[in-house]
Amino acid sequence: MPDRRADIGAAAFVLLLGLIGFWQAIAIPTSPIYAQVGPKAVPFAVATGLTLLGGLLMLVALRGGWSRDIEDLNDAPVNRRAIALMMASLLANLVLIVPFGFTIAATAQFVLVAAAFGSRAHGRNLLIAFLVSLGAYTLFVKLLGVNIGAGLIEGLIFGSPV
Amino acid sequence: MDAISGLALGFGNALTLANLGWALLGCFLGTAIGVLPGIGPALTIALLLPITFTVSATGAFILFCGILYGAMYGGSTTSILLNTPGEGGSIMTALEGAKMARSGRAGPALATAAIGSFVAGTIGTLGIAFLGPVVVELALKLGPAEYFALMVLCFITVSAVLGGSVLRGLTSLAFGLTLGLIGIDLQTGQPRLTFGLPELFDGVSVVLVAVALFAVGETLHLAWRYAEGKSEILPVGRISMSRAEWRRSLGPWFRGSALGFPFGVMPAGGSEMPTMLSYYTERKLASPEAQAEFGTRGAIEGVAGPEAANNAAAAGTLVPMLTLGLPTSATAAIMLSAFQSYGIQPGPLLFTAQAELIWTLIASLFIANVMLVILNLPLVGLWARILKIPQPQLYAGILVFATIGTYGISNSVVDLMLLYGIGIIAMFMRRFDFPVAPVVIGMILGPMAEQAMRQALTISQGDWTTFVTRPISAAILALAVLALAGPRLYAAWLRRAA
Repeated sequence: MPDRRADIGAAAFVLLLGLIGFWQAIAIPTSPIYAQVGPKAVPFAVATGLTLLGGLLMLVALRGGWSRDIEDLNDAPVNRRAIALMMASLLANLVLIVPFGFTIAATAQFVLVAAAFGSRAHGRNLLIAFLVSLGAYTLFVKLLGVNIGAGLIEGLIFGSPV
Repeated sequence: MDAISGLALGFGNALTLANLGWALLGCFLGTAIGVLPGIGPALTIALLLPITFTVSATGAFILFCGILYGAMYGGSTTSILLNTPGEGGSIMTALEGAKMARSGRAGPALATAAIGSFVAGTIGTLGIAFLGPVVVELALKLGPAEYFALMVLCFITVSAVLGGSVLRGLTSLAFGLTLGLIGIDLQTGQPRLTFGLPELFDGVSVVLVAVALFAVGETLHLAWRYAEGKSEILPVGRISMSRAEWRRSLGPWFRGSALGFPFGVMPAGGSEMPTMLSYYTERKLASPEAQAEFGTRGAIEGVAGPEAANNAAAAGTLVPMLTLGLPTSATAAIMLSAFQSYGIQPGPLLFTAQAELIWTLIASLFIANVMLVILNLPLVGLWARILKIPQPQLYAGILVFATIGTYGISNSVVDLMLLYGIGIIAMFMRRFDFPVAPVVIGMILGPMAEQAMRQALTISQGDWTTFVTRPISAAILALAVLALAGPRLYAAWLRRAA
């Protein structure tokens, strides 16, 4: 049963998070300042809770899992193309935003996401994306005074970054 | 300050041009995002948090509350015309509302939803004004031990009582608590759970997590199972109600408000339960001919009641948030972090220390309600047009604005990586049916609970029994245990009886 294997994976991830929590709780240096409850107590408690919950989820998963009770899953198949394009859009933004600035990074992201959701009018999307991104940049930087990443295009239009 | 003089002061402040402007902007934005499927008030307020750097606290909170109320109005439009409820509270509205729209009666359905929202919003806001000072009176008697117990109760009800599974709810909560621990410990100055990365010393920003959960995770999850195809928008028709429809709506409006408000006030928050109760109550109380319409042509009682309950519950969640500093919904949690970014600590002292802000806010809620009913009755056609924005561009825009919301705060690529990383986790949470609201609440309330616990233990000189020997604290903790174990024991008892 594929569903059960997926649930085992989810439970394993929670267990892993719990163990990372333990590792980081141990790494906290013991405080030299006297306190009734030091900085380590709560992190240990939360890590214990997370690990315990991960263990219980694993038990449920091994007994057949809970995914088979989720109705939505049976309705639509996984859209691999869409998810790949979505991941590409996240990556594009991460890679582009520092060297090229917000407008170019956001435009690339917009076009890829629109394509993931089945839009084929790439040229029109590019135009919308560019205008929306530049508009948002102007709104945030010029009106609200929040810098959201100046770069190539921003420099051309508004002069050198503030 | 009592409610009457407080309201007098509040209306005096709220009726200035600037504050009316913020209220109108909030109502407008709130309705728009309520109508759009895929974004809710929590995400919108999170994205607007940067305005707290430039706008006065009063203006910002009037805007946020307008968004909260507006989203409730807008959500019903989508439920009725598109049959896609945006959040748990509007599932019941969609049930009868979409059937009414399908049988050519979208107009009366939209009208009863809007007027019902107005009735419930007004009753709910009156509730805040008169109940708030009473709760504050009680809350001032609570010490850190009682506060800790209250927060534990809040954790349990939000994660284990609402939602499908106790196990998954608690796991979400523990994930949120872990995120909340990241950063420098306030009492001793030790970095915790930072992996030695200096970028994490200040902790993970609440905005980042909220945006990751509600925008990135949501759009990724939608893409995962995306099947192309147009959803059908039903025609609006004429927005009016006949005399008979008024008569049939009146009772449900008031009963729904009476049901919804207490549920919102209790730490057991959530709008699923009161809307469901209201739906079944109205179905029971309806006249035989109306009962025949339930589930077939769509009964107006089934829209009026749950919609009022939904709005009253939303107003109710403001009571614990403003008086105790306890958020019981994701939206309230984000608003709490907005208070913190102004250096204002929500809690019982808020009503005295920030009396002007609080009463102006409450007065603005009344004003927002009037604005919203005006915005929604004649302009419903305009809102229905928003539904025609094609999905590819809509979700692309949401993701771009999500990035701005995060990158704009810190200009750090590490934060963007965190945003997308948590977003991908959120996508899997949606896939495996883990609720996301407990993550936000755990993250914001967790550090406050730890603080209260350590204070209580300092007062008791390390004696852990302080939580069970102080009567109020013990009673609240007993309630929490009951909330966790009660349903299970009841089920076991039923099985034995059978």
